[in-house]
Amino acid sequence: MARTISYREAINEALAQEMERDESVIVMGEDNAGGMGSPGEMDAWGGVLGVTKGLYHKFPGRVLDTPISESAFIGAAIGAATRGMRPVAELMFIDFMGVCFDQIYNQAAKFRYMFGGKAVTPVVVRTMYGAGLRAAAQHSQALYPIFTHIPGLKVVVPSSPYEAKGLLIQSIRDDDPVIFCEHKMLYDTTGEVPEESYTIPFGEANVAREGGDVTIVAIGRMVSVALEAADELASSGVEAEVIDPRTTSPLDTDTILESVENTGRLVVVDEATPRCNMATDISATVAQEAFGSLHAPIQMVTAPHTPVPFADSLEDFYMPDAQKVVNAAKATVGWKR
Amino acid sequence: MTDTLPSNTAHELNPDALLAAYRTMRTIREFEERVHEEFATGEIPGFVHLYAGEEASAAGVCVHLDDRDVLASTHRGHGHCIAKGVDPKEMMAEIYGRVTGSCHGKGGSMHIADLSKGMLGANGIVGGGPPLICGAALAAKLQGTGGVGVAFFGDGASNQGTTLEALNLASVWNLPAIFVAENNGYAEATSSTWSVAADNIADRAAGFGMPGVIVDGFDFFAVYEAAAEAIDRARNGGGPTLIEVKFTRYFGHFEGDQQAYRADEVARARETLDCLKRFRGRVTETGQLADHQLNEIDNEVDRLIDDAVTEAKAAPKPTEADLTTDVYITY
Repeated sequence: MARTISYREAINEALAQEMERDESVIVMGEDNAGGMGSPGEMDAWGGVLGVTKGLYHKFPGRVLDTPISESAFIGAAIGAATRGMRPVAELMFIDFMGVCFDQIYNQAAKFRYMFGGKAVTPVVVRTMYGAGLRAAAQHSQALYPIFTHIPGLKVVVPSSPYEAKGLLIQSIRDDDPVIFCEHKMLYDTTGEVPEESYTIPFGEANVAREGGDVTIVAIGRMVSVALEAADELASSGVEAEVIDPRTTSPLDTDTILESVENTGRLVVVDEATPRCNMATDISATVAQEAFGSLHAPIQMVTAPHTPVPFADSLEDFYMPDAQKVVNAAKATVGWKR
Repeated sequence: MTDTLPSNTAHELNPDALLAAYRTMRTIREFEERVHEEFATGEIPGFVHLYAGEEASAAGVCVHLDDRDVLASTHRGHGHCIAKGVDPKEMMAEIYGRVTGSCHGKGGSMHIADLSKGMLGANGIVGGGPPLICGAALAAKLQGTGGVGVAFFGDGASNQGTTLEALNLASVWNLPAIFVAENNGYAEATSSTWSVAADNIADRAAGFGMPGVIVDGFDFFAVYEAAAEAIDRARNGGGPTLIEVKFTRYFGHFEGDQQAYRADEVARARETLDCLKRFRGRVTETGQLADHQLNEIDNEVDRLIDDAVTEAKAAPKPTEADLTTDVYITY
């Protein structure tokens, strides 16, 4: 039974349903409840943007607030995962990865391989990414490419409430370390989400819109931007196929290649900054594997090679928008040797 | 192979327990001395960091641990592995990069682990272990096993942010964790008296809301007693402890380190600061054990290490097919 809820509520529901189903699922992070040691209410925040609200009282002893010590508590989540727990730790902003990255990429990511296949580390690190909130340079980045680069990590970037719930439940049940990247500008967006528990497999892209003229691959919030661009393109007679990979690691290259073999044109929309991001990754793979199918050079629509600016006028220039995607698609359609 | 005491016994060591402790320390010593020799032939790939001289720390702590307990180690991890019951033959094969190794040759000396024995691994990242142990201790607490987590780290790691954060978190969450700072006087080539701002690493304990104690790392019994108290405290819900073990390492930071920074300290240390000699002296003097019993263990250990090396050298190396396995459980 599906009904309309927000991206935030979908994530909260995924957590609650999994915690209900499996005692070993615990939640930890800064102010995931809020109020520890304070005279006022417990669960005062339920997460800085309210995503984990209500879980503290619903699951006593299983929602742990932490001091501001990312290395320690992300590392603790990882250590607990090796001992039979299924922790969902929150890295409040993906921008804070710098203060705990070793535990993620040198420890969790590598245990399975370094220890000869004997470690099981079913940890999920939920984290907020993305620009648009005017939160400026240190709170607005899209750093999923850095996690994608690391063998041993899985990286999930849900584009809608439906995707968020199914992918988070899948992430919690997955036995490998997962980085779950939530776009902060999507929390208030709404969509149809089934009440019951469901999973969405990793490495299976969603074709959000079918079309035969140009393939547009988009990551996370950019899927909405791409769909907006597709509507605009349709009015010019260009039918775009919009593909949402859902997970950057594993990446469903088959679906992307199949689409490009049909359309011959590719645009990749990636909010991450342009050096070594998903746009370069996907473009290079397509150029190698489907060169013969391409009728035009691949176009990448990304943020510029700058930190995220504060002024709203500048941040609006920074983010890829529908117009930029339309222009890129038209460039592939109109290209002549 | 090493024996471990059940953790809730009275704090006395009967002859069997004393023999087991000696066997652990002697196994570590001979293992490291032999790796030192073999490494010099050029057959062992990569880096090794040897624990010789420090045996009493691993042995004195691990004798209190059982199946419920977990430990995290450092790049100088062979001693902790042996003391926690990891098979020395599998360890030797791992150091030689063979498929029969603890990690099937995929990890090497700095990443030897045996999760089935509660050994979360040697760790190539200084300070990598303490946060993981907070997690293991948290799991033990939530699962109600009565288990503890022990984080061994060095004087170098005592200055790493991850260690300091873990100390704080362990107190804030009241975790059954024991932090063992093995202060062997040097972080690589830099003296700990210079790099640690406090007089003692243990002085930091109060700053992180836990008891701190200093022990002579050449005295197995001193380590044993301090560890007993800390582990009991942890098991009984009393929270974490910081133990600073002061001693020295005989070999360099890594094999190949000429140790120019140490002048003639090492030669003097081997003469007068040897936990095995001290242990033997004490147990024979008190009549708890006889020399011939210890000599028997010496001979058994020599044979074990010989066999370990012979078998490691004869074992196959991983093949190309092994290169891409076990990155994920499923992908």
